[in-house]
Amino acid sequence: MTDHPPDTAPSRLFTVARRLGTEMFTLAITLLGLLAMTFLIGRVVPIDPVLSIVGERATQEQYDAVRLALGLDEPLWKQFAIYVGDAVQGDLGTSIRTREPVLTEISRYFPATLELATLATIIGVLVGVPAGVLAATRPGTLADQIVRIVGLMGYSMPVFWLGLVGLLVFYGQLGWVGGPGRLDASYEMMMEFTITQYTGMILIDTALNGNWPMFANAFSHIILPAGLLGYVSMAYISRMTRSFMMNELGQEYITTARVKGMPEWRVIWVHAMRNVLVPLITVIALSYAYLLEGSVLTETIFAWPGLGSYITNALFAADMPAVLGGTVVVGAVFVALNMASDILYRLVDPRAR
Amino acid sequence: MITKHGATRAVVLAALMAGTAPAALYAATPADTLVVADAIDDIVSIDPHEAFEFSGVDLNNNLYDSLVELDPTKPGELVPGLAESWSVAEDGVTYTFKMKPGITFSSGNPVTAEDAALSLRRVVKLNKTPAFILTQFGLTPENVDQMITFDGDTVTMKTDKPYAPTFVYNCLTAGVANIVDMKTVMANEVNGDMGNEWLKSNSAGTGAYVLRSFKPNEGYIIEARAGHWRGDAPIKNVLMRHVPEGATQRLLLEKGDIDIAREMTPTDIAGVEGNADIKVQNDVGGQIYYLAMNQKKPELANPKVLEAMRWAIDYKGMTDTLLKGQWVVHQAFLPRGFLGALEETPYGLDLEKAKAALAESGVTLPLEVSITVRNNQERMDIAQSIQNTFGQVGINVTLDVGDGKQVLEKYRARQHDITLQTWGPDYPDPHTNASTFAMNPNNADEPKSTGFLAWRTAWEPGPLHAMTEAAVAEPDAEKRKAMYEEIQRTHRDTSAFVLMFQQARQDALRANVTGFHAGGATDSASYWTVTK
Repeated sequence: MTDHPPDTAPSRLFTVARRLGTEMFTLAITLLGLLAMTFLIGRVVPIDPVLSIVGERATQEQYDAVRLALGLDEPLWKQFAIYVGDAVQGDLGTSIRTREPVLTEISRYFPATLELATLATIIGVLVGVPAGVLAATRPGTLADQIVRIVGLMGYSMPVFWLGLVGLLVFYGQLGWVGGPGRLDASYEMMMEFTITQYTGMILIDTALNGNWPMFANAFSHIILPAGLLGYVSMAYISRMTRSFMMNELGQEYITTARVKGMPEWRVIWVHAMRNVLVPLITVIALSYAYLLEGSVLTETIFAWPGLGSYITNALFAADMPAVLGGTVVVGAVFVALNMASDILYRLVDPRAR
Repeated sequence: MITKHGATRAVVLAALMAGTAPAALYAATPADTLVVADAIDDIVSIDPHEAFEFSGVDLNNNLYDSLVELDPTKPGELVPGLAESWSVAEDGVTYTFKMKPGITFSSGNPVTAEDAALSLRRVVKLNKTPAFILTQFGLTPENVDQMITFDGDTVTMKTDKPYAPTFVYNCLTAGVANIVDMKTVMANEVNGDMGNEWLKSNSAGTGAYVLRSFKPNEGYIIEARAGHWRGDAPIKNVLMRHVPEGATQRLLLEKGDIDIAREMTPTDIAGVEGNADIKVQNDVGGQIYYLAMNQKKPELANPKVLEAMRWAIDYKGMTDTLLKGQWVVHQAFLPRGFLGALEETPYGLDLEKAKAALAESGVTLPLEVSITVRNNQERMDIAQSIQNTFGQVGINVTLDVGDGKQVLEKYRARQHDITLQTWGPDYPDPHTNASTFAMNPNNADEPKSTGFLAWRTAWEPGPLHAMTEAAVAEPDAEKRKAMYEEIQRTHRDTSAFVLMFQQARQDALRANVTGFHAGGATDSASYWTVTK
């Protein structure tokens, strides 16, 4: 309206709004692409969803009726459009097998996975980052070799095997930790009837209820699978930390800092770490997202009712709404973590602001 | 080895103790609670009128009762359930059940003849998967209000034509005929679902236990009812935990964190043998392994070729090695434990007899056939053993491997040569298997009678069809039994099927657990008889 130069506040607001808009658009496109991919895969695989509902005994008439009811006679694009339309409204469909809303089912399994993945990532970061720094600051020494070998083992040993051996040793032989499942039998009953469940995450719920013996029992059950998954992510995090840190330590500003007589811990943990953090956040977010998908093998061995086994079971039962719903949730988690790491970037790296 | 490093152990233990509950160290199940581990992810619904999977029926057996029941301690024997007496009228189609007085549902409501009649009507009106067990007697949503009636303390059920009374009673012992508390169930009706949604997470029955909590793929908790009409169950709570992995179940059992492990592999079972704290209980299951030869392929319709195949399978070799503890040799379509089930096993591996029969058949050797088989370790092992022994007599087998649904689709479309399959009974009466293995009303491609296994493999059962129809209408139980024996013998020697194995089941229990019945071929566990 006027030819005054726009003042800074609206322009910043505009930038933020535009950035947010772009990100929402990217998010929408990503999720739509994800839906399209999974939907197509679901239609291409030679699985008959009708047979999985009616079972082996059904007559041809029952079979045809269910096929019609599922809308499987509609053209493919129409089936997809209906699915996307419902998903936008928060309706991920109804599980073919149990006829329960997929979202309800997922909200039951996701907290178990979230609890496990979060603890595992905390362990992975708390051990992995210092180990990587240790290895980077003493390259070629025994410490470096140990970190590398331990990391390699975490990389290369099958989780299935590690889990069973872990159970056999720490639960079976030594009795240091609780067994498979999220609680002991007696606590499981208590959990069901005397604890107010706020989040579905037992550690948090028992803490909020102030039931510390049960908290401790839950901790004894989660520590082994979380430690195991934490070990695997630690392997990845420590290797990446080492390589990022080595790179930073070769920079001139580090030499300058050292020449100035700055204490070594400050050089490493304050100056170098600041720059290491930027790529490291991506690494940690990726590894966290990977764990949030749910680890089928770990969940199976530890009888952990998580998202991974939910999606896998759904696949085996040809329950495509459940598979698609699970995939969308996993995809959304990925996107959300991506956005979170973007925000963290800006906090630690002024150039990205 | 790790345990020998005392010092290290102490340090690590101390460190762990700081954060770990001492409870983990004294793992034992509570004295009044039975903790069971099983794979229960097959459950679709626990509404008794919809449940048709092993784990769901297993659970409902403890929550509900039927008018007549099977004695858990004596497989196959009919005992009173909610009815104290029952009879069939002269006309052969009118069944009357007199209700036992003084029984209440878990809600406190008294059990009436009205509840029983309305429950059975509900099965037919809901028309879920297992409803056919009742609708096969000519009950439809339209006529059921007239066919099933109540008056005072009696329930009357009419059938469309005379059937063997044992057939009707056996079907009424199936889970689908459980009596539910109709007042409570209908009070929870939503959108005309007759309480179906509500019964997926609640129970409303007369069983020894009441459902306290049910989490799909996770487990359930049931609690004993005080003052139950059968007498109080010694075990107050049963906690079922979904533990899919056999090795994990074994560990839990060895540590005493569970009382019963129901899904252990033969390797795990072998591993606990000799452990004084654990005992293994053998039982049979209802599943039958069989081969079906497609009669559309002329060579496979040749009786001598079929005979040769019966002699060219190493039944015992397989059950002694790769199927050890899981399957036993069984060569009849009725599983052991069923009325009239044949236990004789005349066929064994005899390559000479097989070769002689093939020579008589006149087919050109080598004969090329494929076996359609599911991509699953056990099935592949069996198929490969058969491939090997068939090969030795001049039948070259290629394996046509697919996932469960692909294999089933092929079989239902009659596109297989030979297929390796299992079949389990739908209800505890011989007709369930006899009707599918030995009946085929119309062998033409259309209409697709996929419900009959004989149709799927394009086999015309000839006189067996009529004999099976006669057996299901035979009023005399002894005669009926003899009829099934004859049908099975003829079927075994002349049909397009080769019956091979019956499921064996091994449950591992803590040594202090007694009185657990897995239910034999009817697959329904009873917890109210357990003590520990």
